[in-house]
Amino acid sequence: MATEKFETSLKKLEEIVKRLEGGSLSLEESLKAFEEGVKHSAFCSNKLDEAERRVEVLLKRKDGSFDRVPFEPED
Amino acid sequence: MDIFTEKTILTVSRLTALLREVLEENFDQVWVEGEVSNLSLPSSGHIYFTLKDSGAQVRCVMFKSAAKNLKFRLSDGMAMIIRGRISVYDQRGEYQIISEYMEPAGIGALQMAFVQLKERLANEGLFDEAHKRPMPRFPKRVGVVTSPTGAAIHDILNVLKRRFASLEVLLYPVRVQGEGAALEIAAAIADMNRLAEVDVLIVGRGGGSLEDLWAFNEEILARAVRRSLIPVISAVGHETDWTICDFSADLRAPTPSAAAELVTASAAELRSQVESLAHRLRLGIESYLAGRESRLGMLRRAIHDPSTLVGHLAQRVDDLAERLSLGMENAMIRRREKLDRLDQSLLFKNPIYLIADVRQRMRRLESDNNRLMQSKLDEFKLAFGENAARLGVLSPLSTLARGYAIARRDMDGMVVTDAGRLAEGDLLRLNFHRGTATCRVESLEA
Repeated sequence: MATEKFETSLKKLEEIVKRLEGGSLSLEESLKAFEEGVKHSAFCSNKLDEAERRVEVLLKRKDGSFDRVPFEPED
Repeated sequence: MDIFTEKTILTVSRLTALLREVLEENFDQVWVEGEVSNLSLPSSGHIYFTLKDSGAQVRCVMFKSAAKNLKFRLSDGMAMIIRGRISVYDQRGEYQIISEYMEPAGIGALQMAFVQLKERLANEGLFDEAHKRPMPRFPKRVGVVTSPTGAAIHDILNVLKRRFASLEVLLYPVRVQGEGAALEIAAAIADMNRLAEVDVLIVGRGGGSLEDLWAFNEEILARAVRRSLIPVISAVGHETDWTICDFSADLRAPTPSAAAELVTASAAELRSQVESLAHRLRLGIESYLAGRESRLGMLRRAIHDPSTLVGHLAQRVDDLAERLSLGMENAMIRRREKLDRLDQSLLFKNPIYLIADVRQRMRRLESDNNRLMQSKLDEFKLAFGENAARLGVLSPLSTLARGYAIARRDMDGMVVTDAGRLAEGDLLRLNFHRGTATCRVESLEA
């Protein structure tokens, strides 16, 4: 995930909530803001939940380049 | 050898060689404690110094092969315990201790090395807060430099798993203790920086003795950590173990597990932030809609129930009517009061009362008058009695008796004493002593 995208989305969500809480929006604007906020909140939650726990080990080759192999902890 | 019984002439070299033999044989391992002085550290890497106490001194040397194992830096004035063998420096004819090992008296050598290095690097500014890089708020990839078989990586992965952290972990396997471990770790940090794939680096190992942790107290590692462009979390041993690496790192975690918690803290924080915002979003729209609804309800009621309006008007009419009647009542009362006042004053001015009053006054005056008349009469009676006698003397009647008459003008009764006031033809009444006569003026002579 692009971290910037997450941060941008989070920031937008923050702004929307503030605007909505401000109470000066028209009904239509409010509903639209809410809808947009729901989208951002879902996006952020999904990004946080993306459980991609990859664990790799770096192995240095003689020429200085690296290999990556999945890490298997010996339990 | 019988040099003590025969007169054997020795060369200086021979003597010195003999002495060396004796000394080296008998003092091949001694422990000596004393204070370091005359310290010399030439570029050869050998260390020369004198060890002394209050009564004596002895030359010492530590050759490069042994000196490179010294963790701390020797300086004049330090109290040291040295282990070595006695030897003789032929050229100078001096005996000296060839030191193979030394440690500060009082504290251990590693302790001393730690204190010294820490002080030196601190003075250099290596640990300054200004150098500390901020931790990434939301790291995606974490580099771990540690042993692939140690407790550290095991603990770190456990924490990440427990926290459902969506982190990618890149493990750089290194030896974390023993000769060359510090160099290996330092090189790994440099490699990780070259690769530039991770947002943060955890460098550490599980618990152990001071010797086990020693790699993390070495200068080369401290410098590699400081040079890293990727923020470094130092996670060595247990909470109570402080290493030079901890001081030079951007963040010190008390344990490897704690390091894993630190890198996921921001993720956990972000998660709760997103959840809180989502909650506020729902609450925001709900309260907005609730507000609109209640306002709508109010308006709707106002539109749909004209009786309210009529009621208001009726109330207003009632109110005005009440005020009107009250006003009229008040006016009436005022007028009645005024009337009463007038009535009353009219009563006082009633002619009946006036007449009665006047009558009363008349009666009063009458009686006053009567009384006055009576008293006057009495007065007159008295005066009359007194004056009657004198009257007899002065009365004109007696004069009339003597032939005089009183003449009065008939028309007004004026007693005539002056003929000039009479006119011809006037009638005169003459009073005589007895009777009267009316006479006409025939002529006048003034």
